[in-house]
Amino acid sequence: MLELRGISFDVVDKDGVKKSIVKNVDLTVGDGRFVVVTGPNGGGKSTLAKLIAGIETPTAGSILMDGVDVTAKSITERARMGLGFAFQQPVRFKGIRVLDLLRIAAGRELSLTHACDYLSQVGLCAKNYIKREVNASLSGGELKRIEIATVLARKPRIAIFDEPEAGIDLWSFNNLITIFASMREAIKDSSIVVISHQERILNIADEIAVMKQGSIEKLGPRREIFPLLTSLDEAQASCEKVKTL
Amino acid sequence: MNQLDAITKQLFTKVADITELPEGAYNLRSNGQLCGRVSTENISITTKVDRSGIDIAIKPGTKGETVHIPVVVTASGHKETVYNDFYVGDGADVDIVAGCGIHNCGGQDSEHDGIHRFHVGKNAKVRYAEKHYGEGDGMGKRILNPQTEVVMDEDSLMEMEMTQIKGVDSTERVTLAKLGKGAKLLVRERLMTHGEQWATSVYKVELAGEGSSADVVSRSVARDNSYQKFDACIEGSAPCHGHTECDSIIMEHGRIEAVPSLTANHVDAELMHEAAIGKIAGEQLIKLMTLGLTEHEAEEQIINGFLK
Repeated sequence: MLELRGISFDVVDKDGVKKSIVKNVDLTVGDGRFVVVTGPNGGGKSTLAKLIAGIETPTAGSILMDGVDVTAKSITERARMGLGFAFQQPVRFKGIRVLDLLRIAAGRELSLTHACDYLSQVGLCAKNYIKREVNASLSGGELKRIEIATVLARKPRIAIFDEPEAGIDLWSFNNLITIFASMREAIKDSSIVVISHQERILNIADEIAVMKQGSIEKLGPRREIFPLLTSLDEAQASCEKVKTL
Repeated sequence: MNQLDAITKQLFTKVADITELPEGAYNLRSNGQLCGRVSTENISITTKVDRSGIDIAIKPGTKGETVHIPVVVTASGHKETVYNDFYVGDGADVDIVAGCGIHNCGGQDSEHDGIHRFHVGKNAKVRYAEKHYGEGDGMGKRILNPQTEVVMDEDSLMEMEMTQIKGVDSTERVTLAKLGKGAKLLVRERLMTHGEQWATSVYKVELAGEGSSADVVSRSVARDNSYQKFDACIEGSAPCHGHTECDSIIMEHGRIEAVPSLTANHVDAELMHEAAIGKIAGEQLIKLMTLGLTEHEAEEQIINGFLK
């Protein structure tokens, strides 16, 4: 279970002006729950994901994993406690192969067969990828799927995916939905948080949180929140907005 | 190998990946003394008469054979200059493993300067691996100054893998190559310096023949207070393709200088160079930390992968 209690994150810009990126966020993701955080760009969603992973440190509030306060714990400590994090923009490495990355993620001497299983789960033909370097020769969509495979290989208690759909083509996107749908079926007692704008990912959520200007504006079961999203101002097509001017 | 002491055996393993006497032709040298040599029907190894070193003659058409000529120095203060000439016959296809390991636990400097000259015949293929390694806790320095000269005949291929990962206090590496018509040279250099070490690596490659090509790629890491200079020059004197690349990671107070240069003497010479120096990207460290590694472990993984 993941609990965020009164999480805030402020930054000071180059002119010395304080800006609040995340404001007093409370969020609980129970065991076996699939929660999607959505909302307009610049609303603080990715920052919230980084705060959970320990990449950023909150200015106020606390983060609990399975009841243990991890606010002061490092990225590594949180990862070892079972937190998995998929980056919005996956990182490239010269010389590190897909197999190496999966082995690091698994934290053990992963057999070739098991490593290939993780790639197959994300829709990649394993034999074509397992020995390739995680470098610029891979496309954005391929990297994205490998990124998700590294999180699967960790078997995390709590998994955070930051905009898994960002930067991938339509064909890859259809596969991605399948991956998340099967993850949704298989999560058992772990928790999944996905930052997403995609209707089809929102459609498989247990709960939806709408984040805007650093705060969680709406939070509740999908059947209650989803219908409200289409009535949000941000969801209107730009031509509709023009008509109302 | 049995009569060799443990340190010497370990050094042979480090630089030539051998734990037993290798198959094929070999020449093992320790502290200036020959400690094992075998020639084969196709590959003869003979001692030079005018100066220290050996001649390795590979008959034309020799296929799939190997030559190991590793050198170790374990006596503190031992200094040597060795001239090894390789004559690779037309159409031969061979693997050559060289390399030098120095163990110095004394107060005097130990030094091995190896001058390797390759005469690569028409249509011949050579894969050449050279590893340099140093160890020992003495105050004496471990010094290696290799010079490699390559003359490549028509349509020959040479792949060179040069590795110096640890323990060499100072090195001046010079590689000179002249390529004939249709010849192809591929160089992969891996270099790591640490402590107070310094290393220079100079390449002068002349693409003299029509259709010749060279690809010289160096990856290096400079840690602690070490210094490196990579100076690669490709000269195109015919219709040819040349590419050189230096990709470096700098850490702590390390310093790296990259000086790639190109000279085109022919309108159809296509030459390119790339050089990049930078510290390990913070996002790479963070990614590996989210996979459960500490920052130090993440650094090691990134460097090991980079230098693989």
